[in-house]
Amino acid sequence: MIDLSATSLLAKLQSGEVSSEEVTAAFLDRINAVESRVGAFLKVNSESAMQAAQAVDKKRRSGAPLGKLAGIPIAVKDILCTEGEATTCGSRMLEHYVPPYNATVVEHLLASDAIVIGRTNMDEFAMGSSTENSAYKPTSNPWDLERIPGGSSGGAAACLAAAMAPLSIGTDTGGSIRQPAALCGVVGLKPTYGRVSRFGLVAFASSLDQVGPMATTVEDTALLLETIAGHDRRDSTSAKIDVPQYTASVNSPLENLTIGVVPSHYQDGLDTEIESAVKEAIRVYESLGARIKEIEMPHAQYGIATYYFIAPFEASGNLARYDGAHYGYRTDQQTMLDELSEEANQTDGAGESPLVRMYRKSRSEGFGSEVQRRVMLGTYALSEGYYDAYYLKALKVRRLIRADYDSAFDQVDCILGPVTASPAFRRGEKTNDPLAMYLEDLYTVNANLAGVAGISLPCGLTSENLPIGLHLQAAPFQEEKLLKVANMYQSATDWHTRRPEIQ
Amino acid sequence: MSLSKEDVQRVSLLARLKLSDDELTTMTEQLGQIVSYIDKLSELDTEGVKPMAHALDLTNALVDDEPHESLPREKALQNAPRSDDECFRVPAVLGE
Amino acid sequence: MTNPPYDVIIGLEVHVQLRTNTKLFCRCSTEFGNPPNTQTCPVCLGLPGALPVMNRKAYELSVKTALALNCNIPNFTKWDRKQYYYPDLPKGYQISQFDLPMSENGYLAISSPDGEFEDKNVGIIRAHLEEDAGKSMHDEAQGLADTRIDLNRTGTPLLEIVSEPDMRSAEEARAYLQELRLLLTYLDVSDCNMQEGSLRVDANVNLHVHTETDEKIATPIVEVKNMNSFRAVERALHYEVKRQYEIWQETGNRIGDVPKQTRGWDDNAQLTRAQREKEESSDYRYFPDPDLVPVTITNEQVEAFQQQIPELPAALREKLVDEFSLTPYTADVIVNQGPEVVAYFQSLAEHTGDAKQSGNWVQGEVLRVLKEEDWELSEFPISAEGLADLLKAIQQGELNNSRGKEVFSEMLSAGTSAADAMAALGIEKVDDSALEDLCREIVMANPKVISDVQSGNEKAVGALIGQAKQKNPNVNPGQVRQICLDIINAL
Ligand SMILES: [Mg+2]
Ligand SMILES: [Zn+2]
Repeated sequence: MIDLSATSLLAKLQSGEVSSEEVTAAFLDRINAVESRVGAFLKVNSESAMQAAQAVDKKRRSGAPLGKLAGIPIAVKDILCTEGEATTCGSRMLEHYVPPYNATVVEHLLASDAIVIGRTNMDEFAMGSSTENSAYKPTSNPWDLERIPGGSSGGAAACLAAAMAPLSIGTDTGGSIRQPAALCGVVGLKPTYGRVSRFGLVAFASSLDQVGPMATTVEDTALLLETIAGHDRRDSTSAKIDVPQYTASVNSPLENLTIGVVPSHYQDGLDTEIESAVKEAIRVYESLGARIKEIEMPHAQYGIATYYFIAPFEASGNLARYDGAHYGYRTDQQTMLDELSEEANQTDGAGESPLVRMYRKSRSEGFGSEVQRRVMLGTYALSEGYYDAYYLKALKVRRLIRADYDSAFDQVDCILGPVTASPAFRRGEKTNDPLAMYLEDLYTVNANLAGVAGISLPCGLTSENLPIGLHLQAAPFQEEKLLKVANMYQSATDWHTRRPEIQ
Repeated sequence: MSLSKEDVQRVSLLARLKLSDDELTTMTEQLGQIVSYIDKLSELDTEGVKPMAHALDLTNALVDDEPHESLPREKALQNAPRSDDECFRVPAVLGE
Repeated sequence: MTNPPYDVIIGLEVHVQLRTNTKLFCRCSTEFGNPPNTQTCPVCLGLPGALPVMNRKAYELSVKTALALNCNIPNFTKWDRKQYYYPDLPKGYQISQFDLPMSENGYLAISSPDGEFEDKNVGIIRAHLEEDAGKSMHDEAQGLADTRIDLNRTGTPLLEIVSEPDMRSAEEARAYLQELRLLLTYLDVSDCNMQEGSLRVDANVNLHVHTETDEKIATPIVEVKNMNSFRAVERALHYEVKRQYEIWQETGNRIGDVPKQTRGWDDNAQLTRAQREKEESSDYRYFPDPDLVPVTITNEQVEAFQQQIPELPAALREKLVDEFSLTPYTADVIVNQGPEVVAYFQSLAEHTGDAKQSGNWVQGEVLRVLKEEDWELSEFPISAEGLADLLKAIQQGELNNSRGKEVFSEMLSAGTSAADAMAALGIEKVDDSALEDLCREIVMANPKVISDVQSGNEKAVGALIGQAKQKNPNVNPGQVRQICLDIINAL
């Protein structure tokens, strides 16, 4: 049962072949069996999930109308606020933080009668590409437990690959859905900016963050996107554009499909096995009748640099609220006061006020090193005198990157390319080289900067049996097209059916 | 441009972080590397390009001035590291 | 007394709380005076994941105000984060406006009817919308030297109005503030209550000292805060001017020699004190708030807002002088009372047909009573029509002005109409023939007065008026005088 897609499970639930209680129990059993090795979850809702499943079964028996995901287990990244449940963002800072409200996406899931089976591990505040930056534990890649699952939605991808949940919610600021999906061999979609409400999504970089669906098939991805997308008055940046019925159209191939390929994607640094897998995918599309067109994205090479200005600018502001004053971690006050009075004795001068020291110690003790690095970077680059040179410059390059996309989408339906330059690396391999880690997002950041939609789907395995991801991008609000095109590939191939053996 | 340890020290106060001497050294080095990489933007001519702060060109997301219920006070204060029945409590704003 | 050897340079930053039901970016109530932390939500608590949504009313009120301040309203405006750490600012930044404020380049005309200074336009650099912070209260009661934080006020909409440094004295600064408050009252955009913090004033002050070589040297600018009344502003500025001149004489420091200082006014001690400097130079790292989208407005929409602006004080003063023939002083007094009193006056003048008489009564009796009783005009029990009846009776000679005031008091205390009050006081119009008879009787009984008047001393007839009033208190003294003269002259 745990190998079935959400769409198949739904059919079985609707026909009465299985109950949600049975489905949920099966996934909880799987979690019991493999979670200790994978470490995808920060919290498993064993009891409340079973209760919810029973409630949905009862509701179904009573004939009451049911939501789109009735009875289907789903894992939620620990960055979406859930009323009454600790929402930690993988940070010590929020270890005991319990939101008094639900994120809009969580409300959609509850309204759809989905069963929230647990909260998944992530890089702290979504900053990272390996889930090694979680304050609690690393997550392993189910295909090779020594390797990282990607990040920041590493837990969200790993729980799907390990069949611990059929659906999962991730978030993507620079590639955080697509890169782990690629490295774990599952499907992940970053919607157009504004497609899914950010209300209740703990902000990393507000102008880049999007919540998105992750699943094992494109069809399931369409189903989940359909459930969570839509305008929300509580998010000023959410678009007032109707949400199509993605599930209704996902199985019809796109006619007269033109696919864009970018020659510069295949230059230096791209793993040769990934290159051949992606080129093989191009041939698959050709065999399906697609026209392939070479396009230029001249500013794509500036994506990482632009991103590493803009994301830290916004993050340094968004994370200023974690100061130990109103919620979250606060340093031990007595120790701090003792420290201050000792310093005052030594220096015989006016030192920091207790408040400033409280802020500084709380933040340095509550945040991990990657978060501190990005907060420092953002603060530095915005500090006196650098506004024009850095901030405005980055925003201008962002416009150029968007313009590249606009002219590309005038010519093609989708842009096809690799998701990552290399397959999943070994844990610890890039820990001391932040820049190398940042380059993990090379192929994915531009979609965030431009606000376009992107999907990652499995398109091969390396000789070491590691998944390879195929990246398709479409113009803003063209998720319907993107899903159709992705599903054409899945209908013609079986990479998405491969599952790892968990050692 | 290059970053000095003093720059990083100053920024750490602005960012309300407290770095040990070792951390300062590492941070200076790493920020220096990152900044010199991302500084490649300066090679691009962006004369006349309009800055793009938002991914979507939305305007006028305004709502009506109608009150909704606020949180009960216990809920507002429930996550406070320190509070009394009414207020959040923080160490003295001003030093002694 | 010779002029002081310096010019005083004052610019004011006024924060006005806009009259909305809810906060700027969330729908918590803005009501004043509720128990701490009972008007908060995830948005104004700055909780993780919460997002701001702009209050339409706050934007509209700020556009109206800016237009009334003769500001230009750009077609595009945006919101920025001003970043600093303070426990009354839970997000770690204030949402404000940086380089593209919603309005700029206006002015406010101020005048001085008593000639204390010359009429002038004070420039407005900009007015922008921003959110308020919460309240910190120092608490040593528990021996912990803690600060207690109440976030009820956090997120309340404020319009920050920044003037040019155009004021040259504390009196001008006060006049500017009074005129600004009056304008805001006419616009009904704020209750302007300084005690409740809905109007707050910071002043930037320095001097331009004249040297013997006729140079002017600017001294360092000081920002003065904590002034809780207009009177306090005036006093603090006087104090600061004097203090700065002394410092100049001592140190010779020019602008730029020392960092800008912030001083707080201590109303008890009547002096300003240096405030503790922040731990770093103010580096607010402004940048556009990615959670909010810009606001655009068309010229047609701006024009529509312009149409909604009521008659403003300056125009009304002119109108009362030009169309109602009031003296500039009376016009000023009436207009300064606010739109309700002006409307009352206009209605009264319409009903009585005598603007001058109406103006005098409003300025005199009506305002006196409002002041004595500490009433708003809405609490004043006599309607304009009711008062007009009394004023018309006076015009028609049914009673004189001083009797009129007695009737006015009776109308107030008994809550009756002019006619009833007059009846209660036994005032009736004396019939013309009865009056003639009365006068003839008195004249004939006073041969001495007759001969005095006949020999050219008309004043002698005054003695007869008193006697007539004794016989009938309702007689009109002017009429009595004229009738008696006519009788004597006809003898
Ligand atoms: Mg301000
Ligand atoms: Zn609120």
